[in-house]
Amino acid sequence: MVALTLPKNSKVHRGRTHKAAAGTAHVRRFRVYRWDPEAGGNPSLDTFEVDLAACGPMVLDALNKIKDEIDATLTFRRSCREGVCGSCSMNIDGTNTLACVKPIEDIGGDVTIYPLPHLAVIKDLVSDLTPFFAQYASIQPWLSADSAPPPAKERRQSPDDRARLDGLWECILCACCSTACPSYWWNSERFLGPATLLQAYRWIVDSRDEHTGDRLDYLEDPFRLYRCHTIMNCTSTCPKGLNPAKAIGAIKKLMVERRG
Amino acid sequence: MVTPQRPLSPHLSVYRFQWTMALSILHRLTGLGLGAGLVLLTWWLAAAATGPDAFASVRAFTGSIPGRFVVLGFTFSLFYHLCNGIRHLAWDFGFGYSLRTAHASGWISLMAAIALTLLAWMAGYAARGAL
Repeated sequence: MVALTLPKNSKVHRGRTHKAAAGTAHVRRFRVYRWDPEAGGNPSLDTFEVDLAACGPMVLDALNKIKDEIDATLTFRRSCREGVCGSCSMNIDGTNTLACVKPIEDIGGDVTIYPLPHLAVIKDLVSDLTPFFAQYASIQPWLSADSAPPPAKERRQSPDDRARLDGLWECILCACCSTACPSYWWNSERFLGPATLLQAYRWIVDSRDEHTGDRLDYLEDPFRLYRCHTIMNCTSTCPKGLNPAKAIGAIKKLMVERRG
Repeated sequence: MVTPQRPLSPHLSVYRFQWTMALSILHRLTGLGLGAGLVLLTWWLAAAATGPDAFASVRAFTGSIPGRFVVLGFTFSLFYHLCNGIRHLAWDFGFGYSLRTAHASGWISLMAAIALTLLAWMAGYAARGAL
């Protein structure tokens, strides 16, 4: 359902300010969304003044510095610190991206950081991705075939068929695209969203998969697929430079073509 | 301990506005504009069929300054929805999904809609001899 404003318990209040030591030269203000389930109440936006002269170049470096030196209770997901794992996805300076590959110097003024939009918040920048991964599981993201594979060999694929998976297999399921999509904000219970649909297309175009028809049958639904209105926030925000809107368009085209 | 109800993370209010997103919203709004415009058109046609007095009252509204703005909005809705509809048609054929192309095609459909609206109004005033 479309609800343009936040529920009462979700309105963001003004938070605490942690000032840098007097005389620090390269101070940058980081305004970070905070919510503590043990304290309850409304979320707030805390301000941390960070000395950039003693900080790495990426937003994740600043978050780690804040956690190490200013407030150890600050909670966020991170792992690989090089744009491969997809853990540190969050809303930085108004768009979704990975904190580990977002340079601080690309942002003018204060750096504002929220969790991924329109999700239930577990704590601070950690949002609940359980429904997101349940949707991913629903498209059966594995090779599905009835024929027996060649004995003692993998299923073969021509270089051309393999090339059709480029731009799809690179998706790391960080959920930046899905949570950037207004259609997903309003209909996430029923619309699968760009990430899951790009993944669905990855298996639909795989020459080794034998259940293309079943996969299309599952997506042939007013909500699961067709809530995409080509808004293109997904493609604009993808930190891996992929194009979910194009993949969804390709699925829609296959739906028409198979009607003959 | 009872876990309090989890808040919903901010969305529309914090997301930086994107060009393609703004055009998509405009497409929806002009769609609504077309619906409202059809009511106006039906009123105009029904009045024309009813008689000179009824027709004169519609003319009084569409000729007034606020009325002209309503008709202007209807004209723009028609042309923007048409131009952007062609953009959607290209997408449905599988073209124009790169960010560069989608941004450019957005500009083209918006500018074409504004140009067509101006042309239609100039043609209208010219037909009345007002230009």
